[in-house]
Amino acid sequence: MKVSRRNLVVKLGAASVAGAALSVAALPKAFAQGAPAAAAGAGVVNIYSSRHYGVEGVFETFTRETGIRVRFTSGPDAGLRERIRAEGRHTPADMFIAVDAGNLALAATQGLLQPVTSTALSSNIPAHLRDPGNHWFGLTQRVRTILFHPARVQAAQLSTFEALADPMWRGRLVMRPATHSYTQSLVASMIAAHGEARTEQIVRGWVANNPQLIDSDTRILEVLAAGGGDVAITNHYYLGRLLQANPAFPVRLMWANQAAGDRGVHVNVSGAGITTHAQNRANALRLLEWISTPRGQELFAGSNHEYPANPAAPVHPIIAGFGTFRGDRLDLRELGRLQADAIRLLDRAGYR
Amino acid sequence: MMSQAVGSVAVVQNKRQWHLGATAISTLVAALAVFPVLIVASTLLSPTPEIWQHLWDTLLPLLLRNTLLLLLGVGIGTLLLGAGLAWLVTAYEFPGRTLFQWLLMLPMAVPAYIMGFVFMATFDAAGPVQGALVQWFGSAAWFPEVRSPLGAITVMALVLYPYVYMLALVGYRGISSAAFDTARVHGYSRSQFYWKVVLPISRPAIAAGVALALMEALADFATVRFFNFPTLADGVVRIWHGMMDLQAASELAGLLAIVALAALLIERSQRGRTRYHETGGKSPGIPRAQLQGRSKWLATALCAGVLGVAFVLPITQLMSWAAIEFEHMTPGTAQVYLELAGNSLLLASLAAAVAVVLAIVLSSGVRVSGHRFSRLMATLATTGYAIPGPVLAVGILLTLTPLDHALNYATEYWFNVTVGLVLTGSVIGLIYGYVARFLAVAYQSTDAALEKVKPNLTLAARTLGAGQWRILTRIHLPLAAPGIIVAGALVFVDVMKELPITLMLRPFGYETLATWVWQMSAESVWSGAAVPALGIVLAGLLPVILLVKLLLQK
Repeated sequence: MKVSRRNLVVKLGAASVAGAALSVAALPKAFAQGAPAAAAGAGVVNIYSSRHYGVEGVFETFTRETGIRVRFTSGPDAGLRERIRAEGRHTPADMFIAVDAGNLALAATQGLLQPVTSTALSSNIPAHLRDPGNHWFGLTQRVRTILFHPARVQAAQLSTFEALADPMWRGRLVMRPATHSYTQSLVASMIAAHGEARTEQIVRGWVANNPQLIDSDTRILEVLAAGGGDVAITNHYYLGRLLQANPAFPVRLMWANQAAGDRGVHVNVSGAGITTHAQNRANALRLLEWISTPRGQELFAGSNHEYPANPAAPVHPIIAGFGTFRGDRLDLRELGRLQADAIRLLDRAGYR
Repeated sequence: MMSQAVGSVAVVQNKRQWHLGATAISTLVAALAVFPVLIVASTLLSPTPEIWQHLWDTLLPLLLRNTLLLLLGVGIGTLLLGAGLAWLVTAYEFPGRTLFQWLLMLPMAVPAYIMGFVFMATFDAAGPVQGALVQWFGSAAWFPEVRSPLGAITVMALVLYPYVYMLALVGYRGISSAAFDTARVHGYSRSQFYWKVVLPISRPAIAAGVALALMEALADFATVRFFNFPTLADGVVRIWHGMMDLQAASELAGLLAIVALAALLIERSQRGRTRYHETGGKSPGIPRAQLQGRSKWLATALCAGVLGVAFVLPITQLMSWAAIEFEHMTPGTAQVYLELAGNSLLLASLAAAVAVVLAIVLSSGVRVSGHRFSRLMATLATTGYAIPGPVLAVGILLTLTPLDHALNYATEYWFNVTVGLVLTGSVIGLIYGYVARFLAVAYQSTDAALEKVKPNLTLAARTLGAGQWRILTRIHLPLAAPGIIVAGALVFVDVMKELPITLMLRPFGYETLATWVWQMSAESVWSGAAVPALGIVLAGLLPVILLVKLLLQK
C-alpha cells in the first residue's frame, strides 16, 4: 500500500510540475500591477470597460495609428464602478467604458468621472447623446425595438411597446427578464413618457399576456426563428449579428413608436468618460476623440452592428438595411435616475 | 516515580499553554476569514427600511419560497444521487463498476453556470432536442419547460452531487468488514446494514457534503437566472446591479449569511456528543455483493444515465462549439488561451494551499483547545461560502482598500514612495477572497477526516509523553491525509470555476479561463466560450481523478 501511495505521489508531482510551469509563467503578471510607474508608462491608456466584444480590434487599430498602447480589463458595470470608487486616487483606470447610460450617469454622480472640454467631442457627438456636464460621451446607439417572425405576424399589426399589452398577443411574446438593464431602461423611458401609473398598467398588460422570459437577446431571437414565439423586444444589433452569421435568418425588425407625435423608439448608448484620477489623461482624451471620428465610429460601432453616435459616420450595411428610425430624445440621465423606480414597478407588476 | 510526577506536571502546564495558543490561533484565522462577511453583515445595523418594505411587498416572499424550494430539492437530489450512488459502487458488483466509481465524480469539474447554459442550449425551444421532437411529432410534440424550478434544481443537483458522492465514498470506505460481518451475524440484510450501521457512521461525512452543496446552491446567482428562478442570492445581485444600492444588497446578503450560519450551527448541535470513529483495526472494507440479472443492468444504466446527462452531454456540446472556434483560431488566440490557463492554475494552486493550511490550523485548534468557543469561531470562518460571490467580493474590497490606502500614506510619509495598490492590485487580494469564500470547503472535509481519528491513539500517545505538535504531525495529519487531500482538490476545482470574485478583484488586465467564459457567454458567443470552458473542466478533472485513485487505493 505504501508503494502505490508513493506511486500516486509521483504522478501527482508530475502533474503539478506541468501545472506549476504554466503558473510560474503567470507569476510576473500576477504581481505586476499596482505600482503607478507601471500604470503611467509612456504612451499607454488603461481602461475599465464593461463592453467586451470587438473592442480589441478597434484598439489595435488605434495603437497602430498613434503608437499609444491600450490596456483594458472588463467586468460588469456595477463592479467596475465600485472598484474605481474603492481604489480612489490609486486607480489605474484612465477611462471607464459602460454599455448603459444609467451607469455612466451614476459614475458621474459619484464623482468618478472628470469633465472634459473638447471641441472635437462636442461637434462629433450630438448633444442628446452626451452628458450636458461633459463627464461622459455616448459612442454608439443601441436601439431596443420590436422583432417578429414574418410567417406568423405582419409588420402592420405592430406599432408600439404599449400595444403589446393587448390580449391578442397572449402567449406569443418573448421578452428579457426584469433583471437586465435593457428591460429596466425601457421601462424607465416609459415612466418618463407616461408616468408611473400608466406604465404600471402597461407592464401588467404585458405580464397578463404570459410572456416567455429568456435572459439572452440572442436566444430570444433564436426561439422566434424556431417557432417558440411570435413577437419579441430585443436590441437591434443582435439581429444584425445573427444576419451576419446567417443571411437567411427569418426574423424581421420594426421600429416601435414611430407614429407622428409619438416619442420614437427606445435608444440607449454605450459610452465612456475619463476618470477623475486618470494618470494618462491626454492619451485617454486622444482615444475618446479618435473613437468619435467617422473612421473610429465605423470601427467601434460597426464591430458590434451598433449605430454610431456621430451622424457623419457610416452605418454597417446590414443594419442600414433596417431603415432609418426616429429615436426617443429623452435626456439619457433620466434612464439612470428612473432605474430604481423602474425596477420597483416591474416587481410590483409581477414582471420577473 | 519522581520523574513520572514531574513529567505529568510538565504535561499539564504544556496542555494549558497549548489550549490558550490553539484558541488564539484559531480565533485569529477565523477573524481574518470572517472579516469581509462581517463588513457585509454590518450593513444590517443601519437598515434601509424602504427597500425592505418594497422587497416584502413584492419579491421577498417569492425569493424566500424559491430559495427554500431550491435548498430542499438540491438537498434531496444530492443526497440520493451522492450517498446512493456511492453506496451502489461500494457495496455491489455490476458491469462497469470499477470505471463508474471514479467516473461519477467527473461532473464536479463542470461549473454550474456552464451546465446551465448548455442545458438551455440543448433542451429549450430553439434547441436540437425540441427541434427533433417537432420534426417527428409535429404539433403533438411536448417537452417539459426547462426554464422552471425543476430545471434549476435538476442542473444544480447534477453539478453538486459529486461533493456528497466523494465524501460519502470516504465515509463508506472507513467502515471495516468486521462491522459488516457482525451485522450479518445478527441477521441484518445488506440494506438494513446500510440504514442501521453505515448511514449513522458516515453521517458527518455525508452531512458535510450536503452542507457544501447547499451552501453552494444558496450562493448561486448565475445559474438560477438561466431558469428564471430567482432566489435570495439572485435578489442580492438584482438590488445591487439594478437599484445600484450596495447598502441594501449587503443587508440581504448579511441575512443570507445568518441563515447559513444558523443552519450550520443546528447541524452541529444535532450531531451532539456522538463519537464517529472506528475502533477496529485496519481491515478490508465491506465485501461486495454481485448483482444478478436485471438489477445489474439497471445499476449500470443508472450510472451511465447520470454520467451521460451530468458530464457527457455538456462536454459533447462544448466540444462541438469548440470545433467551430478551432477552425479559425490564430496562434495569437492560442497563446491567449495558454496564458489564461496559466493564470487560472496559479490562482487555484495558491488558494488551495492557503485554504488547506488554514483548515488544518482551524480544525487542530478546535481539537486541542476543546472549547466550544473555538468550534464556534471555526464555523463562523466558513460562512463566506453562503454569501453570493459579488457581495463577498465587495466585502473584500472594502476590507483591503483601506489597508492599501493606509499603506500608501505610511510609505509616502516615511519614504516618499507611492507603492500603489499592493493588496487589491495584485493576486493577494484575490487569494484572500478565494480563501474567505472556500475555507468552508476545506474545513468541512478536513474536520470530518480528523473526526474519524480514534481518541485512543491520541490518549495513548499522550501517556507515552508525545507533545501536541508531535501528535498532530505524526498521528492526526497522516491518518486524516485522504480527507485533507480531498480538501485541497475541492478548493482547487472551486477556484478554477469561480467567477464573481475573480471579476471584481483581479489585477488590471489579468484574465482567467472563467472570466473569459463569462465575457463570451454574456454575449451568447458559445464558440468563444467553449474553449476556455473546456479548459476549466480539464484542469478540474486532473485533481478529481487523482483524488479518486487515492481514495480507492485505501
